[in-house]
Amino acid sequence: MKYLKQTLIILTISFIGELLKSIIPFPVPASIYGMVIMFLCLMTGILKLNQVKDASKFLIEIMPVMFIPAGVGLITSWGALQSMLVPVCIVTVVANITVMLATGHVSQWIIKRERKKKDE
Amino acid sequence: MNKIFQDSTFLGVAISLLTYGFGSFLKKKTKLGIFNPLLISIIITIIIISVGKVDYDVYNESAKLLGWFLTPATVCLAVPLYEQWELLKKNYKAVVAGLVTGTVTSMLTVFVLCLICGVDHKGYVTLLPKSITTAIGMGVSEELGGYVTITVAVIIITGVLGNILGEFICKVFKINEPISKGLAMGASSHAIGTAKAMEMGDVEGAMSSLAIAVSGLLTVVLASIFANFI
Repeated sequence: MKYLKQTLIILTISFIGELLKSIIPFPVPASIYGMVIMFLCLMTGILKLNQVKDASKFLIEIMPVMFIPAGVGLITSWGALQSMLVPVCIVTVVANITVMLATGHVSQWIIKRERKKKDE
Repeated sequence: MNKIFQDSTFLGVAISLLTYGFGSFLKKKTKLGIFNPLLISIIITIIIISVGKVDYDVYNESAKLLGWFLTPATVCLAVPLYEQWELLKKNYKAVVAGLVTGTVTSMLTVFVLCLICGVDHKGYVTLLPKSITTAIGMGVSEELGGYVTITVAVIIITGVLGNILGEFICKVFKINEPISKGLAMGASSHAIGTAKAMEMGDVEGAMSSLAIAVSGLLTVVLASIFANFI
């Protein structure tokens, strides 16, 4: 029963996310609206953590497998991809690394600086 | 084999999970990052359906249940975010600065590389939203007039690559604060990277979830500006 109730709450929020998506004309997916709603519900106390925690934990844990069908779908876009294969490969690999470095090091630099300030 | 797939409701899911399980087993035995369960599963499943001459649509019909869970699972990412809220508040400067820099870097890198490779406008805007979550990225690409199918493919490749390389890159380039590791994973490789960040730790997972939403939304705004450059 516990899982059923928790899943019901999660699906209801997903549905509200879908509703918002159909009303608001931005290219933002239902899942992001839902994530914000879930977060606000938890912050305001409308939902208690233990009302969604177990089912959430399970869904997050199995998240990688949800990408398998989309990943296999690469075979259908293979034809289109072939025409710009070289730039795609370069951009994908290089940007992956530059973004990780920029995000990681800028945030890390600030964290360390603030920590130092506190120590002084 | 196409017929077997067509008649079955569960075969697609079963094969996807089985190959994923096999990937996990390989990873556990060899402890090599390249045996990423998601990558192994995608490759073996592609081989199986190509060899068996199964249409992707037929496979997807019996496997799409897995993708169905994506929206609720993404909604659930708010839970670890809530649990780490205090930590986030305390480090909000680092979080905001990291994500803004990351998003701008993503687009700058795409811009510079496209300029060097001589990619035209349409190809350029196709690649601009490559680091963000599929659903937002598709919308951005469509809005700017890119090839949406290629955008989706590149987003998935980016995610899988981040999922495989993320831990290694963090280690080599000395990104060792859990907060920074999480932000880096989410900003560079969205939900597929976040799946990995969740395995790295609670803080990493929460920060990565936050990065998906923030970088995604920032990209919606910034991509429309960057689109004018090529």
